Amino acid sequence: MTPLVRIQREDFDIGAEIAALTAGNPNIGAVVSFAGLCRDESGRLAALELEHYPGMAEAEIARVATEAAKRWPLAGLLAIHRYGLIKPGEQIVLVIAASSHRREAFEAADFLMDYLKTRAPFWKREHLADGTLGGWVEAKADDDDATQRWEQVS
Amino acid sequence: MKLVYFAWVRERVGLTEEMVTPPAGTATIADLVRWLKTRGEGYELAFENEAIVRAAIDQTHAKPATAIAGAREIAFFPPMTGG
Repeated sequence: MTPLVRIQREDFDIGAEIAALTAGNPNIGAVVSFAGLCRDESGRLAALELEHYPGMAEAEIARVATEAAKRWPLAGLLAIHRYGLIKPGEQIVLVIAASSHRREAFEAADFLMDYLKTRAPFWKREHLADGTLGGWVEAKADDDDATQRWEQVS
Repeated sequence: MKLVYFAWVRERVGLTEEMVTPPAGTATIADLVRWLKTRGEGYELAFENEAIVRAAIDQTHAKPATAIAGAREIAFFPPMTGG
């Protein structure tokens, strides 16, 4: 099973992606999908601008996805990450994990999201509701902690 | 070698990329950062807190002690905030 990784400006259709990932595999009993959306932070934001490192973004997510595929018996794994200007309510990231049973799919999707957040070269910048350019979003210690926990349970 | 910069590191340096020839003896990422900081205020500001800025060699994460010999492209950027 080779994980699928796409970095794109365009939006994605979760239903269509699940259908494509599970098509032709009747042994799949569980599909977990996670979608990350842009928040408006209680009306403060007009948009988020996502900058990325082309080439490394794909390579790094693929490395993490390959690691997930080694740790859990998966039938399918997909990650899509968007870049460019994304407005509140719009989708930023999608992870889908498919397996025979639910535990592997839940854990693999969780693992992939945690590592993606701390290792994939993407940076968010705020565009404020008043039309001005805001600052760069700061990395959260919580995200590093979430990633660390996978190194203790392995 | 080619250096590329992203997010606020790019803004502080004032360049998206550049070709550089570091002086002899520049062996690691940390050595490279030390040399870059001598090249002007923008670099000094970008690397004022060296522990925060991350690096990648040929699109793979690298640490301050990682050797840069043979590198084609070295990137500097803030901690990632995707997802």
